[in-house]
Parts: sequence; C-alpha cells; structure tokens
Amino acid sequence: MTNESTGPFREVGTDEAIALAREGHRVIDVREQSEWDAGHVAGATLVPLGEVVERIREIAPDPEAPLLLHCAVGGRSGRAAGWLAELGYTNLVSLRAPITQWKERGGGWEEPVQLLSPQQQRRYARQVLIPEIGQEGQRTLLDGKVLLIGAGGLGSPVALYLAASGIGTIGLVDDDVVDESNLQRQILHGADRIGMRKVDSAELTLRGINPETTVVKHVERLGPDNVERLIADYDVIVDGTDNFDTRYVLNDAAVRLRKPVVHGSIYRWDGQVTTFVPFEGPCYRCMYPTQPPAELAPACSVAGVLGVLPGIAGVLQANEVFKLLLGVGDTLSGRLLMFDAMGTTFDEVRIWRDPACPACGASVAPSVTSERPAQPAAV
Amino acid sequence: MSTVRIPPVLRENTGGSRTVEVGGGTVSQVLNELFSQHPSLRDRVTTDGQLSEFINVYVNDRDVRYREGLDTTVGPDDTIILLPAMAGGER
Repeated sequence: MTNESTGPFREVGTDEAIALAREGHRVIDVREQSEWDAGHVAGATLVPLGEVVERIREIAPDPEAPLLLHCAVGGRSGRAAGWLAELGYTNLVSLRAPITQWKERGGGWEEPVQLLSPQQQRRYARQVLIPEIGQEGQRTLLDGKVLLIGAGGLGSPVALYLAASGIGTIGLVDDDVVDESNLQRQILHGADRIGMRKVDSAELTLRGINPETTVVKHVERLGPDNVERLIADYDVIVDGTDNFDTRYVLNDAAVRLRKPVVHGSIYRWDGQVTTFVPFEGPCYRCMYPTQPPAELAPACSVAGVLGVLPGIAGVLQANEVFKLLLGVGDTLSGRLLMFDAMGTTFDEVRIWRDPACPACGASVAPSVTSERPAQPAAV
Repeated sequence: MSTVRIPPVLRENTGGSRTVEVGGGTVSQVLNELFSQHPSLRDRVTTDGQLSEFINVYVNDRDVRYREGLDTTVGPDDTIILLPAMAGGER
C-alpha cells in the first residue's frame, strides 16, 4: 500500500501509519464530528475537511512538524494533505486505508463514551436540548443523589420533579403515615394511601413517574444521633421539616459535612426559600441565631397552610437542586426569597455569613469575611 | 412615611394589617412609632428593650444587624421588613 511517490506528501498503509504515530507524527482526523464520535484514533485531533485550511495554523503552527492525516479510507485526507502542501507544510503523510484497520492492528483507539442510553435520550430529550444541561448534564443528574427531609408538603413537589427529571437517587426521611388531612397539599399521596407509610406511598408514586429513579427509604426521624449517617451519602439535602429543632440539627451537620441544604418554610399564605452552601454563604444559624418561642412559630398543623403554598416553595427548592447538581446559574445562597400568595408578590432580602456563627463562623472557619454585626442598641 | 411589613405570625397584633405606615428617621424611631400604634407588638419583637435575636429586621433588603442596628437610617420611601424565623415546613 505504501506509495513512495515524490509528490508533496506521502501515502502510507495502516501498519506504517501506526508506527509513525508512535514515533511522534501528529494525527489529524479530517472526518466529520459524527464519524469521530463513533470512535477515533487515540490522541488524534479532529479537524473536519472543510475547516482544515482555516484552522491548520492554529493547530500546527510549525510547517515542518510531522503530520499524519487520515479520514475513513484516504480520499479526504489526501485532498487535505494536498492543500496543506500548498500552504507550505513539508512533512505530510496521508493514510490510504480503511481507518477500521487501525484498531484491528493494534493502534491506539478511543471508543465513544455513551453518556445516555437511547431510551434516556428520548426520555430526557427536552432537557438535553438545553445548552447548560446537554448529555453531560443529564448524566450528572442521573448520577445525582438528593435527600429529602420529609415526604410531605414540601417533599412532594420536590420529589415529583426530581424523579421526573431523572435524578438518579432520591432519599426520603420520614417516619409518618399518610393522614387524610395531608391530601389537600401532599400530592405524592392519594386517597388510597391513607394509613400507608409516607415513604412507601412516595416510592409507589415516584416509581410510576420514573422507574429509573432509585428511591431510598429512611423510616426514621432526623435527630442528632442519625443526622450525619443520613446525609453523608447525598449530594444535596432538601429541608422540608416541620420544626426548628430538626432544622438546627440538620444545619449543623450539613455544615460539618459540607453539604448544601435547600431550605423551604411555609405558613398559611407565606413562604420562604433559600439555599445554604456551607462556608460559601450563610447557614441557617447565621440567618436565625436563636429559635423563636413556640407562640411565634406555630406548625402548619396548628396554623394551617394553603394547598399550593408547599407547591410553590417546593418547586423553587427543586429548581435550586438542579442548579446545585449541575453547577450552573445563581442559587439563592445569600438571599432569602419570600413570597406572599395573598398578594402574589416575591421579595428577597440579603443574608450574610455571621463571623460569630457557632456553626460556620470564625471559630471553625477563620476566613469569614463579612462584617461583624453591629451591637444592638436599646429600643 | 415608610412602610413596615408585618409577617403573618404578627398580624394578629396589627388587627390583620400586612403593612403599617409609620414615620421616623431610624429603625429605632420607626419601631417605637409602630409600637405606639400597635402596643402588643413590642413584647413580640423586643426582649428587655433589645431586638429579639429570632427576629430579623431589614431596611429594604439589608439586615440592620450588618448596618447600624437600630440606628440604621430609614428614608421615607424605605420598606422595613420584620422577619421572624418560620417554623414550618411540613413533613
């Protein structure tokens, strides 16, 4: 196959080409992206034929550098070599043989990485189309592990959207059973689930939405003794608990283990959502150093809550989860989003890292930069 | 006059009002004016004459703890937000 002609470039067969590549010839693949994606020479550079003339100077500035061009069988690479010779390149070789031989004869070869199965590509097509997600982002979501504290009002919309979108593992911490009074807002559960454990009901619903999502059921209440074990294996924690004690316990453990927490709380017509990223932004204790007395903080079971309220808050929480997993956009870290369903208004206030915070302040992280709080004066 | 937003848990102290219009050039003056209109609010927002730790006070979007506290100036178009921690989520 070797052509020893004295033209501006040399054509070689597979064995010689493999040897030349090992000796240091730069391998330029002039096929198209789709052909490259199906498998290519290890260490090669893709420059489709139509871009060769335009891009060669940036890729190989030295016209005397040894270049080995190839395509599928040798036609396109021969043309490319001819053009490069006209541009002054002097050390050109073109492979005149099927590129499939390269792998068969022991040349270095890279197989395509299949990030998504054909079924996954169909299921998540609308998400994969988004530039910030794509196949890689979808793969990240499929590998993602999110823990929901509570499979109730806030946990319901979060779990539904996370599962539908292909979050790989959803953990649910809840030891409660479905009560008829839950059904007005806890849309994971239905009338036929009354008396069933919430995690079991949630698993049934989520399986129906997406069999691919793994649901991990933790039938326990989060407390100081189990919190670190519960959150350790997860990437993001979604806080939908119903009391301050749990929120502080979760916060302190999440800071210790550096787990981001997406916080949501609701009351009648009002909701609050924020994201705590340990040591990057404030934590729950920075925002509220002390818990209020019980009469200032009645639970939903006492105060009541509009059915869509956890829906609004939960969907906002799910949105934060996607950005945290994908590493895109701006989260609510450092901002508290407040919404008032009665007036249909959204407001936000800034929240700061407190250098005196016992969980994440200067005593545990010397690099806290926000200003020290002013001493309160008498009213 | 500036606007004080009353959080849901404190609306029983304002006769249900979600906002109250008050005068005053500092947070301290605004709160005292607010307490004179709605006296039962004082004990729910302050402890021993200090702002309670579990209530955050914002002038517009800024926490007064990180400004001049109760001496933080308040302009006539500013909004003061009283924000106690909300318990509730919801299992």
